[in-house]
Amino acid sequence: MSGPLLTVDDLRVTFPTRTGEVQAVRGVSFTLGRERLGIVGESGSGKSQTGRAIMGLTPGHAKITASKLEFDGIDLLRVTPKQRRNLRGKRIGMILQDPKYSLNPVMTIGKQIIETLLAHEKLSRSQARNRALEMLEAVQIRDPERVFGLYPNEVSGGMGQRVMIAMMLICGPEMLIADEPTSALDVTVQLDVLSILDKLVAERGMGLVFISHDLRLVSSFCDRVIVMYAGRIVEELPSADLAQAKHPYTQGLLNCLPTIGTDRHPLPVLERKAEWLA
Amino acid sequence: MKMGKMTDRTALSVRDMVVTFDEYVALDKVSVDVATGESFGIVGESGSGKSTLLRAVAGLNRFEEGTLTVDGRNYKSHGRTKEFYRTVQMVFQDPYGSLHPRQTVDRLLLEPLVIHGFDNIDARIARALDEVGLGAGFRFRYSHQLSGGQRQRIAIARALILEPKILLLDEPTSALDASIQAEILNLLEQARKDRNLTFVMVSHDLGVISHMCERVAVMKNGQIVETVPVEALEKRAFSADYTRQLLVASEGFRRG
Repeated sequence: MSGPLLTVDDLRVTFPTRTGEVQAVRGVSFTLGRERLGIVGESGSGKSQTGRAIMGLTPGHAKITASKLEFDGIDLLRVTPKQRRNLRGKRIGMILQDPKYSLNPVMTIGKQIIETLLAHEKLSRSQARNRALEMLEAVQIRDPERVFGLYPNEVSGGMGQRVMIAMMLICGPEMLIADEPTSALDVTVQLDVLSILDKLVAERGMGLVFISHDLRLVSSFCDRVIVMYAGRIVEELPSADLAQAKHPYTQGLLNCLPTIGTDRHPLPVLERKAEWLA
Repeated sequence: MKMGKMTDRTALSVRDMVVTFDEYVALDKVSVDVATGESFGIVGESGSGKSTLLRAVAGLNRFEEGTLTVDGRNYKSHGRTKEFYRTVQMVFQDPYGSLHPRQTVDRLLLEPLVIHGFDNIDARIARALDEVGLGAGFRFRYSHQLSGGQRQRIAIARALILEPKILLLDEPTSALDASIQAEILNLLEQARKDRNLTFVMVSHDLGVISHMCERVAVMKNGQIVETVPVEALEKRAFSADYTRQLLVASEGFRRG
């Protein structure tokens, strides 16, 4: 590998509103190689908008500026919509939070996966079908033939999220953005989905951007963590050094979780200081 | 406490409750006793029946068999008296779905007071908002003008405004960010201390349950697997394999 897979430099996402401009992302910079990078923050910290800007899913009325936003040498700010479409799904994949809302409810699971595949590759129907079935097997769905013909409402949340992972990985993307991929799932199912994701990302050597509000989860899953507050990066550190986090916001995020075997009443609450906005 | 024997210290007692939805058995002979002033937790995965149990107690589901005793009175499968709702109130999981979208906060808090014929309505609404840490500035807002945490505070205010003795909490923080969760849990604990409330709290997060509760029932497939004091979680002094699975899951992802 020569340069990094993704370079983000001074990314800003601004939404015009009646009461003036709202800056959701205010100067975010990072690079991603073939590694797992976590982005953590509360609701409204700009973590999802960062992911969406990379994917090209920011609403049309918003303004995106950056001194550099590059994926494998391609300037993402200057690409045509057609080039964007070629990247999306083929080279960059994105897993969204809730399979209930992000899968097409009136299309069978098999058809949706094949649709992604045929949008990017020239294959016959039966070849596409075989690829889809292989992929469903790779995400540890026991009976792929049966699930292939089901509608999204006929499968559980954990199964739905596996389908989503299958759909996103079938074209073999080099980078995957996972936006809260397990927040809508049950605790016991979360671990299964994470280990499937972990295995596939490692096997295929993808770059992963993992977005979540759960700092502990992200740090156990990723190599490196970026902590965001109010549209800015307040701290960046290797997951292993999480205990040595310096910024009070990061420490606050770590401390506010109730854990078994600690007796802290009341729980420490996050302080939000005005000077962190600067 | 002896099984089946009612004492005046029992706030809520469920005996052999069965709930079925068509052929599906959602609750299979579940028995629970919660003492006055206790905080009782229920954990389990989706579909284990934990929410169904709360809803059957609140009268939102019917139950086919079994008995329900709340505050010394017996209640049937369906139909709850006004007095029941003066005693028992519920806070739901999704703060986006449990507040009327076309009513202001003022109207939301007014309705229960009018139904139950309270006096001093104006002062009570102001006090309820204060208690949940939202000032008078929030009184004439609609729920879409509030964040998730603020909405959940309103839902708690709506439950507390009737001065109930028992609060049923169905995953009150699972739709919230970790940082907001801490604030809501602290608020609930403070309210319990101030009013000597009895909590029955459902969650899939063992960390939350062990922080908030004194005893916990583990549910699976519509049955209670075991009931243990929360200290047992820390000491690993429980017997069911399923409890161990939940505990492992709550400790987060491990590679390999």
